[in-house]
Amino acid sequence: MSWRFRSRGRRNRELDEEIQAHLKLAERDGVESGRTPEDARSAARREFGNVNLVAEATRDSWGRRWLADLLQDLRIGARMLRRRPGFTVLAVLCLTLGIGATAAVFSWIEGVLFRPYPLVAHQERLVAISGTARGSTELSDISWLDFQDLARSSTLAGAFIAEKITGARLSIGDRSEVAVGSVVSANYFDALGLHMALGRGLEPAENVGRNAHPVAVISYQFWQERYHGDPAIIGKTQMLNGVRHTIIGVAPEGFYGTFVGYSWRFWVPVSMQETFDPAGYKLEDRGGGWIEGFVLLKPGVTREQAQQEVSAIAARLEREYPETNRGRGFKLFPLWETPFNNAGALAPTLGVALCVVVFVLLIACANVGNLLLVRSFARRHEMTVRLALGAGRVRLFKQVLTEGLILSALAAAGGVLLAYWSRNLLVRLLPPRGRPMFLAGQLDWRVLAATAGVCLAATLLFALVPALQSGKADLTAALRSESSGVVGGGRRPWLRSTLVVVQVGLSFLLLVGAGLVLQSLEHIRNSSPGFSVEHVVLTNVNLAVAGYDAQRARTFQDELMDRVRALPGVDSAAYARVVPFSFQNYSAAPIAVEGYEPRRDQQPAAEYDEVSPGYFATMGIPLVSGRDFTRSDDENAPPVAIVNEAMVEQYWRGADPVGQRLEVKGKWMQVVGVARQAKYRGFMETSQPFFYVPLRQNFSSIVALEVRTAAPLPAVSSALIHEIRALDPDLPAYEAIGMREQVERTTAAPHVAVTLLTIFSSFALLLAAVGLYSVMSYAVSQGTRELGLRMALGARAGDLLRLVVRQGLALTAGGVLLGAAAAFGLTRLLGYLLYQVSPRDPLAFGAAFAVMTVVALAASLLPAWRATRIDPVRALQS
Amino acid sequence: MAARKVQYQDRIQILQGTLDMLILQTLAWAPRHGYALSRAIRTNSGEILKVDTGSLYPALHRLERKGWIAAEWKASEQGPRLRVYRLTKAGRRQLLPQRSRWERLNRAIAGILNPARARSAS
Repeated sequence: MSWRFRSRGRRNRELDEEIQAHLKLAERDGVESGRTPEDARSAARREFGNVNLVAEATRDSWGRRWLADLLQDLRIGARMLRRRPGFTVLAVLCLTLGIGATAAVFSWIEGVLFRPYPLVAHQERLVAISGTARGSTELSDISWLDFQDLARSSTLAGAFIAEKITGARLSIGDRSEVAVGSVVSANYFDALGLHMALGRGLEPAENVGRNAHPVAVISYQFWQERYHGDPAIIGKTQMLNGVRHTIIGVAPEGFYGTFVGYSWRFWVPVSMQETFDPAGYKLEDRGGGWIEGFVLLKPGVTREQAQQEVSAIAARLEREYPETNRGRGFKLFPLWETPFNNAGALAPTLGVALCVVVFVLLIACANVGNLLLVRSFARRHEMTVRLALGAGRVRLFKQVLTEGLILSALAAAGGVLLAYWSRNLLVRLLPPRGRPMFLAGQLDWRVLAATAGVCLAATLLFALVPALQSGKADLTAALRSESSGVVGGGRRPWLRSTLVVVQVGLSFLLLVGAGLVLQSLEHIRNSSPGFSVEHVVLTNVNLAVAGYDAQRARTFQDELMDRVRALPGVDSAAYARVVPFSFQNYSAAPIAVEGYEPRRDQQPAAEYDEVSPGYFATMGIPLVSGRDFTRSDDENAPPVAIVNEAMVEQYWRGADPVGQRLEVKGKWMQVVGVARQAKYRGFMETSQPFFYVPLRQNFSSIVALEVRTAAPLPAVSSALIHEIRALDPDLPAYEAIGMREQVERTTAAPHVAVTLLTIFSSFALLLAAVGLYSVMSYAVSQGTRELGLRMALGARAGDLLRLVVRQGLALTAGGVLLGAAAAFGLTRLLGYLLYQVSPRDPLAFGAAFAVMTVVALAASLLPAWRATRIDPVRALQS
Repeated sequence: MAARKVQYQDRIQILQGTLDMLILQTLAWAPRHGYALSRAIRTNSGEILKVDTGSLYPALHRLERKGWIAAEWKASEQGPRLRVYRLTKAGRRQLLPQRSRWERLNRAIAGILNPARARSAS
């Protein structure tokens, strides 16, 4: 068994020695039988056969040959690549762009959609749960009593985790600020598999009792920033919404909470719900929903199975508690469709990004395939020599693949670096929000494995072509002279041309996509939402968190309004419960309109906002008829409403409704005005019926304050904070933002898409240009003889220039046709991003065509110019 | 070139069992190095069987790996040192079944080639 312990190198030497001994003995036998020494030597060699082949066949029997082969291939490959640094660098750069872009998008998808919550265990089993109402697409929150019944009855779920996002007033010394956190069920940290950095998590007993357990777990980041990492923090207290909470634990470092896009500051138990919910105490009210929850499924349970189970539980609850649960159900969502955070909004954009980077990767592969192909012609000689020396064809094939693998491994390393650098790019692409944001790519083993898979697939794609080509290498053909013919008439030009056509086609497709999204964004920028986006400043006034009752809140709002209107530079100011284009929900209610007979199966409904007098002037929404609300439209006056144009159209058939009546939640209101149609949630919405009611008659102590002023934002912001503090120093002050920023928040998805598409399509364009350039210059270098001949026969420089450029443009034209056909079919996928732009918009197609043509011209002009510099005499002599 | 390599591999596959038996049997008489082994097989078969080196050396190394034969470097008088193979105990145990299998195969083939005689002989 000694062979096992001998090194491969030593065994190779011994095998050589053994074969040499064989030859020597055969030669000696030959001499003894009377041949001349030379004769005997060559006879011995002839009889023995190909020494290399015998040695190779013998080494095959040693086993583990692939490893030695691989090492040898790697050595040879590395040597080859070192010898042509220009080729290597270009190929690696192309692939790095392709693989890096893919890895980055993979890591975003992993970090935002599949595993959005760092440190949380078993995210593959975590699903989101929301309440549903029969006959409505709107989702609703779940009540605590229902949630507990779910947890008790379910056999398929490991845990039901209740959560409610809340902004809380945090008092430090004499200052107040707003901190984002959530009310969670006590199983939160255990079910998510988190281990506290300090102290403990929540305990089941802390779910129970009205405001009975004022305890809080704080985030690691918050602990560092606010308490400077105080090691004795456990047991200290912190005022949250005016209630003294004992800090019982610090969450682990790197855990940001369970909401895509934000990082949490604190968590409090369910028993504290009333303190953090302006809508009041709900823990014993089956009709009072407040929970946006998660369900941790048991291993092996699918979401569909769990959905069936929760639906069955919902049906049972409906029978047992018909007055609260009629028509109520529960719906489970995979994490990437979570309805109550940013995952749902980003998912389609990331899907588009994935398609786009796959195209970029394909273009990069086509490029490298082309480069390798060109080089494999140059290396035909080397390959032939190696074949003649006894290398197996499979070996050569593997050799070419190995070289490709080295290239793509280098590129993958660069690509992962690229992905690492760009993991926070998504956050930067989003408009600033002035709140802690966490939205990072995740480079875990899954992403790395996927990237490695991409790298292998890419290698197969681009290395297979020249590898197959080299497999066809023909000994006799290789001995012939290699002057190839007409420009583009070299060996198998169709293969290279096809690759270029595909590249140009894919780039064209991406250009069209980028053009469409860019145009859509431009339309969004230029279109008016129906209210002023300039000179309007917003801030929040949350009196509920400060424990104001309605009476105190009214007085406060009036006093603040007087102070704000008195500020220098303020033209007008108003309150609204919900600001347009915010993520808050408007009130919605079934309505009845006097004189309008709805169809039997139809229940008219509309959304509405509660606003104060002066709202329309402040927001710049014109009143087309009637009057604005006044201070006398208060709780003692008859209820009034102002409707929008779509509502007039739908319920009064365009007739002026002023003086008509409208019933909302059993209360009849008189229509006193008509407001010009506007957008309410975002640009993409269609015109919908909407109306306004006076804030005084439909009171809320949580409102937004809108101020119309030409003064700069920072000055207005600090003046507003100053006025609010002057009235109540204990109120949390929210930062003011301009209306434009508010509006741009809702265009985040198109923004991200535009930036990504622009970046990636310029990658694609660059790669396609490189591809076109390399093919054209190769064609010129191969056609030197023919071009020289043409020159000798009297062709002028201009003719040659035209010849070469025409060749390049023909390839481009093919690519553009292909790309246009693909774009016609595929741009519909961008529909959700497109605002007032057709997916077949001629402008986008035209612009893409122009850009592609210019780039193609540029890429073929240089090789063409070189063609005109050919010296006919030398070209014909060579 | 490459075509020849394919042929080598084919022959190894066809002749493998037989060649293994021939090697084991030849080494059972005396230890030999590769060249001597090929001469011996050729001579003992009346110059009919000519063993290809491309089959012989892989077979030797394979049998060595299986532990049926063992190799040792021996110095030769006025020549290179030689790798001499000898049959191991495990190899000797293999020889008998290999031979009986070969004989069965031989009879079977003879039976196909010459049915009448095979039937009368049995």
